[in-house]
Amino acid sequence: MTRFSGWNRYPVVDQPLHAARDRRDVLSFSTAGTGRVARGNGRSYGDAAIGVSETLSTLKLDRMKSFDAASGLLTAEAGVLLADIIATFLPRGFFPRVVPGTRFITLGGAIASDVHGKNHHHDGAFGNHVQDLLIVTPCGELVRASRSENAELFRATIGGQGLTGTIIEATLRLMPVETGWIRQRTIAASDLGEAMRTLEENDGATYSVAWIDCLARGAHLGRSLVFLGEHAKVEELEGGAPDKRFPKVAPPLLGVPFDFPSLALNKLSVRLFNEFYYRWGARRVGGPFQVDIDPYFFPLDGISNWNRIYGHRGFVQHQCVIPTERAASVLAEMLERITHWGSASFLAVLKKFGAASDGLLSFPQPGYTLALDFPMRPGLLEFLEELDKCVMEAGGRLYLAKDARQSQATFEAGYAQTVGVFRSLRQALDPVSHVKSRLAERLGL
Amino acid sequence: MSDTPKTLLVLGATSDIGRATAHWFARAGWNVMLAGRSLDALGREADDIATRFGVSVTAHALDILTTGSFADFLDGLYCLPDVVVSAVGLLGDQGRAESELAHAVEVVRTNFEGPALVFDMVAARMIARGSGTLVGISSVAGDRGRASNYSYGAAKAGFTAFLSGLRNRTAGKGVHVVTLKPGFVRTRMTEGMRLPGLLTAEPAEVAKAIFKAVEAKRDIVYVRSVWWFVMTIICAIPEGLFKNLKL
Repeated sequence: MTRFSGWNRYPVVDQPLHAARDRRDVLSFSTAGTGRVARGNGRSYGDAAIGVSETLSTLKLDRMKSFDAASGLLTAEAGVLLADIIATFLPRGFFPRVVPGTRFITLGGAIASDVHGKNHHHDGAFGNHVQDLLIVTPCGELVRASRSENAELFRATIGGQGLTGTIIEATLRLMPVETGWIRQRTIAASDLGEAMRTLEENDGATYSVAWIDCLARGAHLGRSLVFLGEHAKVEELEGGAPDKRFPKVAPPLLGVPFDFPSLALNKLSVRLFNEFYYRWGARRVGGPFQVDIDPYFFPLDGISNWNRIYGHRGFVQHQCVIPTERAASVLAEMLERITHWGSASFLAVLKKFGAASDGLLSFPQPGYTLALDFPMRPGLLEFLEELDKCVMEAGGRLYLAKDARQSQATFEAGYAQTVGVFRSLRQALDPVSHVKSRLAERLGL
Repeated sequence: MSDTPKTLLVLGATSDIGRATAHWFARAGWNVMLAGRSLDALGREADDIATRFGVSVTAHALDILTTGSFADFLDGLYCLPDVVVSAVGLLGDQGRAESELAHAVEVVRTNFEGPALVFDMVAARMIARGSGTLVGISSVAGDRGRASNYSYGAAKAGFTAFLSGLRNRTAGKGVHVVTLKPGFVRTRMTEGMRLPGLLTAEPAEVAKAIFKAVEAKRDIVYVRSVWWFVMTIICAIPEGLFKNLKL
């Protein structure tokens, strides 16, 4: 028995956590029981990587297989971390086309959650850049899937939360970059409308995201800092000695060595943090400046175990996407409710999405996505139901990789167009539920 | 360092320490030869190393218990490597070794006979060339026999004595021999054991110690120096007292 959870530490389970050493282990594991699911590095926020009865870690499937510099195609096993890919290939001038807010996720997890980054409006989600997959199906078959071969399975696996079987290998296209630096521009927005306008007007920027000060109220509701970014070219490098083209990728420097008391994140400390963060970021409003890839894409990776600041009760993420036409009013209403509810979100991030992905259960669709996190406390789950209602009425949906608690009805409303297809495919693929996560059980998948 | 890349041969290359060692040298630009029982498993490691570090990696089948195959194995390598590391090892099960002859034989042959015989043959070729380094991964368990793992410990003690003799033989002939004693290492071999943090190394730490020992031509290396201290004390305990201890 092992005690484990998602990154948000809610829910926590005690169950067998097996480790696959190679693909043979995955093959023999897959049919030997029911109610099991694969798990990567445990960075999703909820119960997607927790089996109903048992869980299989893929972290030891961490070998790379081949890389072709001409095409940028990398083939690697599913347990390879993005951190590992970046450390290996950034010094050679390649970077993943899509990176989420942490580099400590596995390749398999990135695909199963179809993660997105600050460039979704241009480049889509992670799965868009995956060429093909090697999957051990729930019935123990080794199957290759791509857009041209087993295309249905491919579409169901991109964003499929591991429910179509265990991804054991993937081929991913990396993009060439001239340097390992980002030219960042910060724009201050005094309210939500201005933040959305700023994102809209800067649609041409490669990377864009807004951080919202969740405690600003009234006329300042939605006060934000918008962060834009471009990969720096060699001739743009400041003090650009050739050996500085690719900064060293640093391991985490700070850690959170113990659980903060659950009271540490109270309204006051969150207010101080938000105030501080706003002022700190606002110092750099104006012309572009140069940062390396780590602080730009992965600010929290600098603090290992940052999830412990929420204390042992953990926290819950709420990330929705609201279709563009309704976004301004619905997001304002949600922020309003949050400021009135009394417990603020520690981090709130707003981003404009581009076109939807081809994954059946992929989260992104055109509109604005708002990511929030709340320390776990009595009444929170009920409050989040209220937010869900806003999302549902606006035709929005929630991100499964950040979900530990939405109802089946909310889920079905959000994914109405594809959930039926996904269910029948799963029924055909896995009639006896060899594969089933807690998330699948909760959402009736 | 010359311009042409040097070559490392790892015996037992699919072990955690073998793999970490191959990575460490490849990162420094060395070409790598991997030897072990399963060509499939070696191929997986070879692809991984070649992809990550862009060096040349080859895989070579070798069963350390099939001593008659050693000459062909060495002849089959594309060159005589600059450094050979033996990461071959089998902890076995002491209880089984006491009652099951075949298991005891397997433990002794895997940890002592096989590696020693290959090293002897490699050493002869290196002496003829006038250069090379052999790194034998032995064990602190070979410093003094204990009830919990003395078949393994005795085989490692034999290997330690062998390495000492080989070092003596090759000294002055351009060939160097390193005896490496890792102490506890977090690997498949020790999976499920409760290991004291201060005394337990990661495979990459062992790899780094090997790389440094090769460069500095060290003779006997404890990966964590605290082990030298611990074993000095353990070896100093009088036998009359030691035989009644549970260690």
